[in-house]
Amino acid sequence: MPKISVTVNGTSYSHEVEGRLLLVHYLRDVLGLTGTHVGCDTSSCGACTIHLDGKSVKSCSLLAAQADGSSITTIEGLAPEGELHPLQVGFKEEHGLQCGFCTPGMIMCAADLLEHNSTPSEQEIREALEGNICRCTGYHNIVRAIQSASGQLETAAP
Amino acid sequence: MIPQAVDYKRAGSVSEAISLLAENPDAKILAGGHSLIPAMKLRLNSPSLLIDIARIAELRFITAGDGAVAIGAASTHNDIISNADIQSRFLAMVEAGELIGDTQVRNMGTLGGSIAHADPSADWPGVLLALNATVKVEGAGGTREIAAADFFTGFFSTALEEGEIVTEIHIPNPVAGANSSYQKFLQPASRFAIVGCAVAVVITDGVISEAKVAFNGVSGEGAFLDEAVSTALLGKAATLETIEAAVAGAAEGIDINEDHYASKVYRKHLAKVYAKRALVAACEL
Repeated sequence: MPKISVTVNGTSYSHEVEGRLLLVHYLRDVLGLTGTHVGCDTSSCGACTIHLDGKSVKSCSLLAAQADGSSITTIEGLAPEGELHPLQVGFKEEHGLQCGFCTPGMIMCAADLLEHNSTPSEQEIREALEGNICRCTGYHNIVRAIQSASGQLETAAP
Repeated sequence: MIPQAVDYKRAGSVSEAISLLAENPDAKILAGGHSLIPAMKLRLNSPSLLIDIARIAELRFITAGDGAVAIGAASTHNDIISNADIQSRFLAMVEAGELIGDTQVRNMGTLGGSIAHADPSADWPGVLLALNATVKVEGAGGTREIAAADFFTGFFSTALEEGEIVTEIHIPNPVAGANSSYQKFLQPASRFAIVGCAVAVVITDGVISEAKVAFNGVSGEGAFLDEAVSTALLGKAATLETIEAAVAGAAEGIDINEDHYASKVYRKHLAKVYAKRALVAACEL
């Protein structure tokens, strides 16, 4: 069995894993990081999106072994313990979620976008989310949440 | 969905990958894995060993040379569409790459993996045909350079021999007056092409002096060069009338695919529509 060493959310891990173990199952079942969701399981829906060496990828379509030597960030590691990332604040404030199942993947994908483009247009946000499916919100408030996180939304006074 | 049990080895070099492949005839080469792993999850493919070549540095580069741009087989779709030399030379590659899957898929999927897999609906085969690319492969017996037109041989089939690996793709540099485009009608969930059309033209003094029109998604037998459309454009003025006359004969005599997304008649119609769009874009009309 391949032995893998990865850094996940700043912590180093080494495990022997089955060759066929999918990265999403490694994160959820071995490391207990269940914030990364399995949605469609066919690399369509994006619920399993994580960052592998800084790039957003779909962890349901990667083997854990492929990540050997890599640095991974999951939704749990996006902000320090007890704090919220600006995207998490944005999704909360702008009602960017209803059932919440797609939210970790949406936020990880949006974080990758903002890393490369700190003030994306609405069109750029919608294009960046093409690999993430939400069945509740109609996407409108997800786009607003990302605009809010990138400081592009004037929020009404409470 | 869980793949069948499989061993995994990461090759440190192309020669190590070739040795591993020679020792393990049931092995599969793994690059981005975005065709292979979904197929393994569906148990459509159950290799005994995966030989991971994704991190071999000698396979991940894009180099602009005097005659051609060389692209390492393990270059991801995002590597390609974000490369300045590709952007300034091959618009069809950028347009095609941007339409593959989504951001996350483009961060993993590779050019070499896509063409070795040779899905009839994949985008790169049509583009490589139109741009007259050469595919460099390497095996225990040495290296071979195969013209794209000879590389794609049918339904999920290529000229790769047992034990060979795609290592590089060479795209000849554009000459003066050259332009290219890729347009596709995509399946909205998978984003594979229902019809994709790649064109490359050279326009000299307003006249089309070279033309290559290729389709993917149209035939279940894979991507193909449409010689009739290409020939009908040659020597004609680069006008809408020329294009409309040429695309009227698109996909003629081809065994057109039919599935629950599109009938034969509809696909053939789309072939004409998308060939026209791609040619209009490439001729800047």
